[in-house]
Amino acid sequence: MATPVKVYGPPLSTAVSRVLVCLLEKDVPFQLVPVSMAKMEHKKPDYIKMQPFGQVPAFQDDDITLFESRAICRYIAEKYPNKGTMSLFGTNPLVKASMDQWLEAESQSFIPPSSVLAFQIVFAPRMKLKQDEALIKQNEAKLVKVLDVYENRLGSSQYLAGDEFTLADLSHLPNTQFLVEKTNRAELFTSRKNVSRWWSEISTRPAWKKVVEMQNA
Amino acid sequence: MAIKLYGAAGSTATLQVQACLAEKDLHYEFVSINMSYKEHKTPEFLSRNPFGQVPAFEDGDLKLFESRAITQYLAHTYADKGNDVIIKDPKKMAIVAVWIEVESQKFDPACSKLVWELGYKPMFGMTSDDVVVEENEKKLEQVLDVYESRLSQSKYLGGDSFTLADLHHLPVIKYLMGTKAKRLFEARPHVSAWVADIQSRPAWVKAITT
Repeated sequence: MATPVKVYGPPLSTAVSRVLVCLLEKDVPFQLVPVSMAKMEHKKPDYIKMQPFGQVPAFQDDDITLFESRAICRYIAEKYPNKGTMSLFGTNPLVKASMDQWLEAESQSFIPPSSVLAFQIVFAPRMKLKQDEALIKQNEAKLVKVLDVYENRLGSSQYLAGDEFTLADLSHLPNTQFLVEKTNRAELFTSRKNVSRWWSEISTRPAWKKVVEMQNA
Repeated sequence: MAIKLYGAAGSTATLQVQACLAEKDLHYEFVSINMSYKEHKTPEFLSRNPFGQVPAFEDGDLKLFESRAITQYLAHTYADKGNDVIIKDPKKMAIVAVWIEVESQKFDPACSKLVWELGYKPMFGMTSDDVVVEENEKKLEQVLDVYESRLSQSKYLGGDSFTLADLHHLPVIKYLMGTKAKRLFEARPHVSAWVADIQSRPAWVKAITT
């Protein structure tokens, strides 16, 4: 039996949870190795060898070490095309191209404003930092524009890349979970009919529910 | 012509795709989108890129946006044409994929403000903001330190051969090497050698001179 793959990092990290949900969707056994960020374990030399930017997650499978959550997800989805959710990487080249497109849109357009909002609304107060109201307003406006594009897209497509759930949808789970469940900005998503329908479908998938359980443990 | 690229001169994302088309030796029609006339916000263009950004792309019936999705499509679909910009071996390609993400998630964000401040603003007769420049040069230096270490162990970012992981850097490097930020690259010997190498590729020279 193959050695389980290793994922390094806390499940609460959005990037780590992106990898975890992918592994669960693909039914790939894994071992989660804790990394205490409070103890700066992610900046120690042994960790930096795996992830030169000193960030989580890092990933190991046999002799291969990877970082960057979306690259790790691509590796998993490609290595196990016939395990678990088979549509994850796109079932044909055209769907794959569409998946790549929406995965890029996620990282280029969705993540920057949603991350700033998550930080400003949830983490800044916890860290006793003053919230930057101008930054919140600016990024909310950016996120609204992105969600308007999604609303339109999801009106004619079940999922972002097409009829089936792919990495493009999966990649949105961590930040959206945060904004919908931990901030008072849920209505950005829930007030948009198609986005709301899509969010409700992707967030109730068993694999994501399991990750949320891990985050709350 | 089956392949059409809708883009703007001066757009680094458009140039990423043009670099890839040149490496793959593909013929295409370039449709110029004039952003000063807001041509990127017309309903027709928005149907090609709903975010109203350049580039947009078509190959026959297939329509795509996001430069890095377009280059990956080209690299896989036309694997037999021109130069290889991906690696067939899945384990080696997984490493390439890591560094493709690094350019997208670390290098490009660190550089985009610098390209604006040091590259575009002077072109429009505007003054750069020194505070923004200093802040972003610090961010870029942190990234380049990682690159220096990586390139001391690997000829190219993704491994032994030139791939999309290197190619995606070319447009931003082109702009920054014409500004004072070039000293950050030149101060790091492996980074400097890599920059010289990738910039001298015939396909890149062709992409920026035609």
